[in-house]
Amino acid sequence: MNRTPRGAAPTAVLVVLLSLLSGCGAASGERNTLTVLAAASLTESFREIGDEFSKRNPDVDIRFNFQGSSLLAEQIRQGSGGDVFASANTDMMSKVRRTGALAGDPRTFATNQLTIVVPPGNPAGVESFADLTNAETSLVVCAPRVPCGSATEEVESVSGVRLDPVSEESDVKDVLHKVVAGEADAGLVYVTDASSAGDEVKAIDFPASDEVTNEYPIARLAAAEHPELAGRFVEFVRGERGRRILGEYGFGAP
Amino acid sequence: MGVPLPLWSPALLALALIVLPVLGLFARIDPARLPALLTSPAALTALELSVRTALIATVLALLLGGPLAVVLARSRFPGLRLVRGCVLLPLVLPPVVGGLALLYLLGRTGPLGELLRDWFGLTLPYTTTAVVLAQTFVAMPFLVVSLEGALRAAGSEYERISATLGAGPWLTFRRVTLPMLLPPLGSGLVLTFARALGEFGATITFAGSLRGTTRTLPLAIYTEAQADVDAAVAMSLLLVAIALLVILVARPKAVEGRV
Repeated sequence: MNRTPRGAAPTAVLVVLLSLLSGCGAASGERNTLTVLAAASLTESFREIGDEFSKRNPDVDIRFNFQGSSLLAEQIRQGSGGDVFASANTDMMSKVRRTGALAGDPRTFATNQLTIVVPPGNPAGVESFADLTNAETSLVVCAPRVPCGSATEEVESVSGVRLDPVSEESDVKDVLHKVVAGEADAGLVYVTDASSAGDEVKAIDFPASDEVTNEYPIARLAAAEHPELAGRFVEFVRGERGRRILGEYGFGAP
Repeated sequence: MGVPLPLWSPALLALALIVLPVLGLFARIDPARLPALLTSPAALTALELSVRTALIATVLALLLGGPLAVVLARSRFPGLRLVRGCVLLPLVLPPVVGGLALLYLLGRTGPLGELLRDWFGLTLPYTTTAVVLAQTFVAMPFLVVSLEGALRAAGSEYERISATLGAGPWLTFRRVTLPMLLPPLGSGLVLTFARALGEFGATITFAGSLRGTTRTLPLAIYTEAQADVDAAVAMSLLLVAIALLVILVARPKAVEGRV
């Protein structure tokens, strides 16, 4: 009788599973996939820039990885792949640069500032930066380890007001979500996050924020699979079209 | 009886999948910085908070989940199967979903959360209480399931005999059921504590993250990993050490596979 050898079935299942896993990356065939690691605050603007870029380069798929810049910097340091890195401050870019993971010099392509956001009704009646210290006001900020958190610390030292947040989140979008969900009376986020949230939050500007500006650098990674394409994307972001989109989302020009 | 040969290679692969990542963690240690990192204020604060909240969550799970297990194992009412299924929900749900569910019920704008605030002036999110609740939510089913399983396996014969001898339900529970429960209770409690200690998703979603108040060890590891991986690895070692301690010292029977 012609029987399959024992053990062949589990092995076959394993082989099929593994080939499914490895197939994920290659499924696009001839198309090129550009992996862009970008700060969480760039989510909306970079998606639009990516769409525009893909329209002009139909053979390119862009895969975005939006997370806190610190986490991305650490992932790059650990050797996770990617073609382009766009950071929410220069510190994280320098950290990556020191490890030799950059190809070429980083270029600043946008600037950003912090603003106070409150839920639409402004339940705690926040009017100024100093109001954030009221004991009854539950304030959510970014953890000092991430760029929006270090900007928050700078604003504190510029204004001389010590904040007492109820929670320190790991990226700026988490802060925004807490305010949008009504689970916090106020949050400190970037101007651009406030504008992308539209009517879901109310933004309150404060003088000290003008003195603390985050510069957003972008660079090609040394490990890029498509160096030429990565360079084109960087130029596109810094070009007239990219700048216009970034401006629409509230970013300042470099 | 020998183990059939074809089982060996997948078994070894399974073992490798479990053990190798932990060994990889050890390989990442920076021995020079390790002592300082292990005793850093951030690590110690998080460890203290973790142990304290996980212990409270375990006690809560015992006080509430223990009776639930007895009710599920010994009573009969319509919809019992459905209730039993619901108890398993936190085991199957991703913890983040559990955290969102807690937030939308008990958060400031949640129906129960609003009542708590209006009537008692209580707000739960961002408090240590929220951490304990999140941990109890995800960990209690471990206790309920292990106790209920033990009760059903033991059968209700002794209890019936006790009843025929004239003992009431409460006396029977205290003198017959409870002593039977003690051995499985130990392993159930250990599992519950370990699960509460490792809780991450529900905690960060429902309770937020602030040092000393809500940033337990897993949350501190996540925060540190954003910037200083060595510190995150050191804190991970703390958790691995506690987990090994739990397995070796408490030797939960359920874990060792002989109930």
